[in-house]
Amino acid sequence: MSSSPPAVLEVASLAKSYPVRGGRTEAVAGVSFDVAPGEFVCLVGPSGCGKTTLLRCLAGLLAPSAGEVRLAGAPVRRPPPQMGFVSQDYSNSMLPWLKVDKNVTFPLRHKGIGARRRAELAAEALRVVGLSEFARHYPWQLSGGMQQRVAIARALAYQPEILLMDEPFASVDAQTRGELEDLLLDVWATYGVTTVFVTHDIDESVYLADRVIVLSRRPSTVARQVTVGLPRPRDQISTKELPEFTRLRTEVMRTIAQVGGGGPASSEHRAPPGSSRVAASP
Amino acid sequence: MIRRGLLLTLEIAVPVLLLAGYAVWAARAQSFYFPPLGTIQERFAQLWLFERVPDDLLPSLRRLGIGYVLCVLLGVGAGLLLGVSRVVQQAVQPLAEFLRALPAVALIPFGVLVFGFGDSMRIFIIVVGAVWPILLNTIDGVRGVDPGMLEMARAYQVGRWGRIRGIVVPAALPRVVAGMRTSLSIAIILMVVSEMVAGRDGVGYFVLESQRRFAISDMWTGIILLGIVGYLANFLFVQAERRLLRWHRESKGLAR
Amino acid sequence: MVEVAHPGRWPRRSFWLGLVGVLVVLVTLELVARFELLPARWFPPVTVVFGALIELLPTGDLWADVGRTLQGWALGLGLAAGLAVPLGLLIGSVEPAYRACRAVIEFLRPIPSVALIPAAVLLFGIGTGMKVFLVAFAAFWPILFQAVYGVQDVSPGVKETARAYGLGPLARFGRVVLPSTLAYVATGLRISSAIALILAVTAELVVGAAGLGRAIVTAQTAAQVPRMYALIAVTGILGWLLSTGFHAVEARLLHWHPAQRKEVLA
Repeated sequence: MSSSPPAVLEVASLAKSYPVRGGRTEAVAGVSFDVAPGEFVCLVGPSGCGKTTLLRCLAGLLAPSAGEVRLAGAPVRRPPPQMGFVSQDYSNSMLPWLKVDKNVTFPLRHKGIGARRRAELAAEALRVVGLSEFARHYPWQLSGGMQQRVAIARALAYQPEILLMDEPFASVDAQTRGELEDLLLDVWATYGVTTVFVTHDIDESVYLADRVIVLSRRPSTVARQVTVGLPRPRDQISTKELPEFTRLRTEVMRTIAQVGGGGPASSEHRAPPGSSRVAASP
Repeated sequence: MIRRGLLLTLEIAVPVLLLAGYAVWAARAQSFYFPPLGTIQERFAQLWLFERVPDDLLPSLRRLGIGYVLCVLLGVGAGLLLGVSRVVQQAVQPLAEFLRALPAVALIPFGVLVFGFGDSMRIFIIVVGAVWPILLNTIDGVRGVDPGMLEMARAYQVGRWGRIRGIVVPAALPRVVAGMRTSLSIAIILMVVSEMVAGRDGVGYFVLESQRRFAISDMWTGIILLGIVGYLANFLFVQAERRLLRWHRESKGLAR
Repeated sequence: MVEVAHPGRWPRRSFWLGLVGVLVVLVTLELVARFELLPARWFPPVTVVFGALIELLPTGDLWADVGRTLQGWALGLGLAAGLAVPLGLLIGSVEPAYRACRAVIEFLRPIPSVALIPAAVLLFGIGTGMKVFLVAFAAFWPILFQAVYGVQDVSPGVKETARAYGLGPLARFGRVVLPSTLAYVATGLRISSAIALILAVTAELVVGAAGLGRAIVTAQTAAQVPRMYALIAVTGILGWLLSTGFHAVEARLLHWHPAQRKEVLA
């Protein structure tokens, strides 16, 4: 234990249950894992396995029923200051009455950062995601993929030490998704920001991550951790051609099948895990 | 092209014909109740350009303005407070619904009893009658704010006040403005009625008083003036709304 | 919005909470009056007002006044609907008719209906005719505009489908345009119903036509303060019943239609 670098994010025996009619339902049951500084970790699991619940606990948006989340050594009880957050649905995280640049600076304004500095940070973040010329557009004038880039720019401008992403590319088309994945990897490599990324897409998790944490079906526990040693920088075509990629993908897929994926989706209205993308891949 | 020309002609010709018809009829019939247009126009110029403006029009507008501003402040303020808590909102809803359904004019005798015949009674009536659409719509708007937006703000450490100012208020604005529009027309009605009941000045008072003096042309000028006031108030409102809610209109138009 | 017959837990809880809210306000008013925090001759205790209401109930006077107010409301609203619905359908579907009427409508609509009270008195006296005229004038506009929106909101796809199935113009109007306009007209009727009641009470209050409005003024001038409050309460209950009734009918008849939720304010 002493040889590994100190974890920036520690999750210890985290559990979350909700009251329902006539009792409680358990979404997350005793999840433990650590994330090292600068690491890119993907959380994958079958549909409705409580991934989103888990991430919202990590973000301090939900209080866990048991266990603890520690960020840089301090317990997380509310959203911590050094965290950026990108949610699944761009349509309701964009504020339609603000133009793109103001959407990006929205959190900064409430952090008390001066107007000039805000403008600098927004310009830089928008340049990184390639949306400089759309700063004065409204978000609803942009495509879904572009809106999700704005959400990423917002997270970047916030200068977080850790970035939490909840299936951020689930509602965009396949080609845009590939572009956004590469954009995210660029950003991650440039800024070295620790990233925890929730997805139900196995290809995506293996392509992006240093380590894939496979969750069991609900109530979720850690079923398996798969270290991804694929070389970086990665590329949508050549990386996915590597035998190692195929092997890892199969390993993750097999784990999910063993823990009982593919059951009826209960809370997410999405395709079952390892959907057409997996089957269609070479 | 021909069709458009015909339609335009129709649009202009019908009102002109109606006016002309009225002018001919009124000149012939010598009706006591419907004086000729020329007479009404003449009286309008004599009365409202601008002799009686400070005596009657300005007091009316002052009451309307003060009452309406109070309605907006109270309705939006209370609506924000009530909308934030589901429990309080549910406790208050039936009362608010009842008071909205109560025809506010029925409260004029109550207002007279408590405030006498002064301006405070009239402003009170405007507020008590016209605040409800704003209040209920604000509550509705606050309750309808997308939870995803609030969560995003919470994740970025935006405090409660920041979330209210930065998200709840703008997101609820379209509903609030719809309430304000209903409220404005109620406020105008209440301004006129409260002046008619034991008033001493104001356009409403002027119209009723002219009828009692059988100054029929004067009465019609007052009615026309109130029409102009109503038209201008609505016009200004729509202009302000367009500016304020451009994002709302256009995002609705573009989405799907 | 009034919650109408939803199954489940929330409405029941909201019902009890609402009841608590009403009781809290009533008890507060009672205490304020009992401890004379406000002048007692203006603010009698709630129980005293309630007593006055109980006294009123068996008398024929109250019910006669309620009946007269309702009569003005119903006749005026019916007249308005009878004129506004056909005109709205015509204007909404025939463009020349719309163009011909536009200027006249733009001129008449902004006139606050109550401004016409003196003119109505001149033309119709101070009886039911005057009341009905005022109510009808005010109630006319929302119904008209809702009917026009309704006709124009029938989706072109539906109209084309009807045409493709060989429905003639008359059948298209009767089977497609009319039913979908009905939703909007129902909304217009609900809005107009509230306005109609305001105008009926105003006519009684200002001019002195018989009805609840006049009864309230009479009680006030005779310094029968509890009676005045009791009558105001009756007026409020009447308004509330009418609005709840229209909401319920609208929700039941037209639950399928989006216009049920979308209110086009005229």
